[in-house]
Amino acid sequence: MMADLTASVPAPSSPNALLVLLKARTFIALILVFTFFALNAPNFLSTANMVIMSKHVALNAFLAIGMTFVIVSGGIDLSVGSIVGLCGMVAGYLVLNGIDFGLGWSIQFNTFEICLLVILVGTAIGAINGFLITKLNVAPFIATLGTLYVARGAAMLSSDGRTFPNLNGNPEYGSDTFRWIGAGEIFGIPVSICMLIAVGLLAAYIAKRTPLGRHIYAVGGNERAAGLSGINVTRTKYFVYIFSGFCAALVGLIVSSQLVAAHPATGDTFELNAIAAAVLGGTSMSGGRGKIGGTIIGAFVIGVLSDGLVMMGVSSFWQTVIKGLVIIAAVVIDQAQQKVQARVALQAQAAINK
Amino acid sequence: MMEHPIGLSIRKGTKVYPGTVALSEVDFDLHMGAVNVLVGENGAGKSTMMKVIAGVEQLTSGQLFLNDNPVTLRTTDDAAKHGIGIVFQELNLFPNLTVAENIFVGRELTRGGIDIDMAAQREKTRALMKRLEQDIDPDDLVGDLRVGQQQIVEIAKSLAQDARILILDEPTSALSAVEVDILFRVIADLKNNGVGIVYISHRLEELIQVGDFITVLRDGVITGARSMDGVDISWIVQNMIGESSKDFAKEISHPFGNEVFRAEHVSLGSSAGGLLVDDVSFSLKSGEILGIYGLMGAGRSEFLECAIGRHPQSVGQIFIEGELLTEKTVAGRIGRGLALIPEDRKNDGLVQILSIRENMTLSSLEQFTRGIHMSLSRERDTVIDYIKRLTVKVASAEHAVSSLSGGNQQKVVISKALMTSPKVLLMDEPSRGIDIGAKAEVFRVMRKLAADGLGIIFVTSDLEEVMSLSDRILVMSNGRVTGEFSQDSATNTALVEASAIGHAQPTHIKEPA
Repeated sequence: MMADLTASVPAPSSPNALLVLLKARTFIALILVFTFFALNAPNFLSTANMVIMSKHVALNAFLAIGMTFVIVSGGIDLSVGSIVGLCGMVAGYLVLNGIDFGLGWSIQFNTFEICLLVILVGTAIGAINGFLITKLNVAPFIATLGTLYVARGAAMLSSDGRTFPNLNGNPEYGSDTFRWIGAGEIFGIPVSICMLIAVGLLAAYIAKRTPLGRHIYAVGGNERAAGLSGINVTRTKYFVYIFSGFCAALVGLIVSSQLVAAHPATGDTFELNAIAAAVLGGTSMSGGRGKIGGTIIGAFVIGVLSDGLVMMGVSSFWQTVIKGLVIIAAVVIDQAQQKVQARVALQAQAAINK
Repeated sequence: MMEHPIGLSIRKGTKVYPGTVALSEVDFDLHMGAVNVLVGENGAGKSTMMKVIAGVEQLTSGQLFLNDNPVTLRTTDDAAKHGIGIVFQELNLFPNLTVAENIFVGRELTRGGIDIDMAAQREKTRALMKRLEQDIDPDDLVGDLRVGQQQIVEIAKSLAQDARILILDEPTSALSAVEVDILFRVIADLKNNGVGIVYISHRLEELIQVGDFITVLRDGVITGARSMDGVDISWIVQNMIGESSKDFAKEISHPFGNEVFRAEHVSLGSSAGGLLVDDVSFSLKSGEILGIYGLMGAGRSEFLECAIGRHPQSVGQIFIEGELLTEKTVAGRIGRGLALIPEDRKNDGLVQILSIRENMTLSSLEQFTRGIHMSLSRERDTVIDYIKRLTVKVASAEHAVSSLSGGNQQKVVISKALMTSPKVLLMDEPSRGIDIGAKAEVFRVMRKLAADGLGIIFVTSDLEEVMSLSDRILVMSNGRVTGEFSQDSATNTALVEASAIGHAQPTHIKEPA
């Protein structure tokens, strides 16, 4: 019946074609950027470069996935970069020292336990964000700005600003596999990429096929209406910040494992890249709209752009300028898409009402 | 009586909005030095006519005359230059600015066009407040004032512009009796200075008290215009409603079932002190349609919100099928069989950015969910089923809900409520902002639902609607139930009178004719 209805509407073809183009803009941008560097940057297409580049992109993509849920719910999470830093330090500390209660003995952990503890720290900070925002009514921008500083400061304090070096682990404790997270491969694919695929699929599934996902979109679109429809707004918000913290914890683990060291300044301004990727992928800053797939493509556009420019020898100052221009262009095109989309829907509706 | 020259008139004024004719060939005269009251039901075209006069909207056809000269008012600025001021029903104030800043917003008194002369603004504001006999400091933040005081500020704002023609759209809806008295004194004062006043209100007693000339509108047509001498409530009501009732859903007789909903001593305090809902108790049988009539701010919407659990601080007890509701959350109460269709569709009913399908199923997602997995195909089938049942006109269920007309949006909200399989449907102004055809359809749906055994409580400010649709009518005023009528005992006049109980001095209630 729906198909009949749709077919019976005289299709205004030109705006529809335009709409398809606009909707696929991030993907088109990715293809363009990719083709450009493939032609202009030497060795861009080499396997080694592809692996390095996707590892870079993966870090930002994790954060951007968590950020997408937060932004779709109508909030913002500025603390993810600091959570990356703090989680990296926690991982480093646990690998090197375990937990020492000062009783002459200490508890040592294997890699799996370390991962669990680090993830616990990340989600706990996410939960604190959720608590501040829902129970204490602090604006998301301010609440997560606060946790940004607290987490960064805590990371510095954990080592007096020093780096935890040589995180090779100890076979006796089962923590020697820690390096595998950053350096290992599953069927020839880097572990971090496998994790990204898993988390990406999970997030996309949550967004599309679970009530929780639908609730996130509804809360971001109209919190009052969502509440009156029987949606638990508080729980939904808790989830998005906890999930964002979870993603940041994963990045903290991966970075410290890749570098075999944990530095407290790691993750500085990562939150901005994550927001940029989400926005580039079509996430609306006013909430209610955004796709996980779009965000991942957005992360790739940013990643390919910066790596390609480096390979072409463009100065890092110009890179920053170009990144900014791309983000602004993305938002401008997004506005155009919204207008065309609204017009198409209204035309179809007007045709029905006649 | 004094001579009242005609300062402004409309000849053959027609205003067409997409889909509806809001004004149809109206001839309106505004008498200077007098209070011209304007009355009509919601959607009768009063506000449209005033928007035309104030330059907010332009006539589709017809002409506006100022002192017999044809004029076209393109903007509110234009109108203000011609000495026309308007106090809108919705407050147009900035809560974050002070009283003085609000009064002079957009027309700040300055030295040399740059530096705001705060002292002069304060001085003038003080003078205005003195004239309005209000003890409001010019430096108070408007957000800290009571709603009644805010309305005074709004009135002061148009007084400050020295308007020759002043339009007051429901100025007393939030005022206390004392403040109404003061306002009436100011109006009398303005009248003596030759200002022409247009006064819109739903409180008929008040109109008779303050008015010199009356114009009644119905469905965009002027049905009565005369001087106030000899006008009584029944004359107004008759012209407002008309002789023949519009053909709304006709009665399908069906027996009522057992009691499905009971409220006992429900009260809700307001932040400003006092009670928004004051000890409301009643019961509802399944299959019964209960209409709650009352003026704006009578506490009707607030009562429905208490029932659905939006105000956890409310007191009193609600029973569904004889069992006490212990759930405090909206979700819990929906689970127990209550569903609310909010008055403000745009802000409370729908998530505009989401699709029609996503809006419809928002309250009942668990119905399509096993574990955590949601079946999108079952969701789609259900949505298509409801679109058919409620005859929602949509091109595709995937379009944004904002592309629909008001009536179809309302049907989406109703579908959302029905998908939760409610036992009691709470409908707040279900016909607000939708055209007459869609209205009839919404009412037909309500009738059918009641015949299927649903209990329906609906709130309306429309007399005709409440009379033709309800099996039983409650009237609320100032948060209290002030009247209960069976279908046979209800008359227009009785309802109007009950809805004014506890309001500003209905000193001389006219006997119904």
